[in-house]
Amino acid sequence: MAQNSERRGSAGMPDSVAPDFVSIRAVKLRHPWRWIIGVVLLLLVALVIIDAAQREAFDWPSVGKYMFDRRVSLAALTTLELTVSAMVIGIVLGIVLAVMRLSPNPILKSIAWFYLWIFRGTPVYVQLVFWGLIAVIYNTIDIGIPFQQPWVSWETKAALSAFALAIIGLALNEAAYMAEIVRAGLLAVDAGQDEAARALGMTWFQSMRRVIIPQSMRVIIPPTGNEVISMLKTTSLVTAVPFTLDLYTRTRDIAAETFNPIPLLIVASVWYLFFTSILMIGQFFLEKRFARGVGELGRIKIPSSRFAGAAVVNPPGPDPDSGEKR
Amino acid sequence: MTTPMVRAEGVVKRFGSNEVLKGITLTVNRGDVMCLVGPSGSGKSTFLRCINHLEVVNAGRLYVDDTLVGYREKGDKLYELHPRDAAAQRRDIGMVFQRFNLFPHMTALENVIEAPTLVKKIPKADAIARGKELLDRVGLSDRMNHYPAHLSGGQQQRVAIARALAMDPKLMLFDEPTSALDPELVGEVLDVMKALATSGMTMIVVTHEMGFAREVGDSLVFMDEGVVVESGDPRTVLAKPTHERTKAFLSKVL
Ligand SMILES: Nc1ncnc2c1ncn2[C@@H]1O[C@H](COP(=O)(O)OP(=O)(O)O)[C@@H](O)[C@H]1O
Ligand SMILES: [Mg+2]
Repeated sequence: MAQNSERRGSAGMPDSVAPDFVSIRAVKLRHPWRWIIGVVLLLLVALVIIDAAQREAFDWPSVGKYMFDRRVSLAALTTLELTVSAMVIGIVLGIVLAVMRLSPNPILKSIAWFYLWIFRGTPVYVQLVFWGLIAVIYNTIDIGIPFQQPWVSWETKAALSAFALAIIGLALNEAAYMAEIVRAGLLAVDAGQDEAARALGMTWFQSMRRVIIPQSMRVIIPPTGNEVISMLKTTSLVTAVPFTLDLYTRTRDIAAETFNPIPLLIVASVWYLFFTSILMIGQFFLEKRFARGVGELGRIKIPSSRFAGAAVVNPPGPDPDSGEKR
Repeated sequence: MTTPMVRAEGVVKRFGSNEVLKGITLTVNRGDVMCLVGPSGSGKSTFLRCINHLEVVNAGRLYVDDTLVGYREKGDKLYELHPRDAAAQRRDIGMVFQRFNLFPHMTALENVIEAPTLVKKIPKADAIARGKELLDRVGLSDRMNHYPAHLSGGQQQRVAIARALAMDPKLMLFDEPTSALDPELVGEVLDVMKALATSGMTMIVVTHEMGFAREVGDSLVFMDEGVVVESGDPRTVLAKPTHERTKAFLSKVL
């Protein structure tokens, strides 16, 4: 763009003394409204903050007192455990389901499809209530030949704690969503990649591990990061099981004792925000790691003309502040 | 007397009801370069993929280095190979694709050493030494640490050739290796292929580069609609095609 206007500039002055392009010195366009709106918004934000700091109902001294209360920090840790366990199981099961959906076997395909239909089609809250009632539905867990005396048998209530049921409930629901994310990631890799890997003598598994999955990661990681963050917040629903030691349920129970819910809601929110912020930082570095060789985030080894061409895909666009800042 | 490297006997390949290969019979001798030409959709790629067992043959027999491709023959019965054994057969056959298919998340050198270290379990240091040697051979010793996205099409295809050679194949398959290249980049890839042919590699090359076929080819096979229409010495076939279909095709590409 700049080159064009420069060229036109010189063409307009054929008798110019300098044979070079004449550079442009135009008066920058002013944007007074941007400034006015910006200042007004800043003032509003400042007002809200000052007001919040002084408002009785927020009860900041209590917020400070409960922020690092042992019960609260333990609950925060429990929420983290729930999130990590449910996501790990959800991702592994999601990969299995994704591969099943992509397999040529129609039975595997249908089972995976049915699983997704059930678990994506019902609210996770309802699923968690069901898991809480599992001991009522199935009194014992038996291992053995069907319709014969079982070899081993456990009482469901004793075998599965509320914590375990919460993880199972969250994980099985998550698997359905992860399956779709993984499937989209695997399908995003060009079929020629697998073909090249196979032609080199790699097995299906080797090709998956070294060629397909690393490339699909670029597609899989951003939505998976969102899933982790979403899971962290969904753990607040485990009260449906009922499991009561997670961050939200615990702060709610403390608040019920003190008749002072608002500061504890703030405490819970701050902890959730703290964890999600850490997760977002982790996501950033993972994305950078898997962008090798492809994106702007990758290690760029040479500023070749080919890469300069690729940069056009993300046009720099007009820099809105370039004029005003000076 | 040595046996041929590739022996196809009445190879048939169907996709559903669409018969793509209708009984291909041909041989490629050791150290020879066979050029496979024919109009688009005639089944050339499918035939190459059958040789590498990327597609399963429906009828006929296909032997590479006297070994039946994809099956074990016992008495008059054929047993399907375990995927692991099929993968092992492919190790010895190099393949170069029209669209390069380099692994974009690996540098040129990493592309070349991946299969030797992963599949053949060659120690990494040895694989790197060999990989550097191969990249040098295709004229890319200064581009070893570049990712494919930062290489020109011609450079990418040369890396792809080095990657295939790293497995020490006894047979190289080229599927229109220069068709996706800008005209000025075709020469550098053909030069590498010529050098490879001179070194005694057995090659099957699907190409529209008749100059290459004439100069380097030991035989030329013209395929159309899944059958071999005409074959013979490239110079003879190109100069005096006997079949109408060959004449019609050649008049378009020459
Ligand atoms: N995987 C496949 N499934 C169905 N049809 C295919 C497949 N691969 C190739 N074909 C068909 O086989 C025919 C020959 O294709 P191909 O071998 O690619 O021809 P060529 O390489 O000579 O252009 C085409 O009609 C194509 O549509
Ligand atoms: Mg083809």
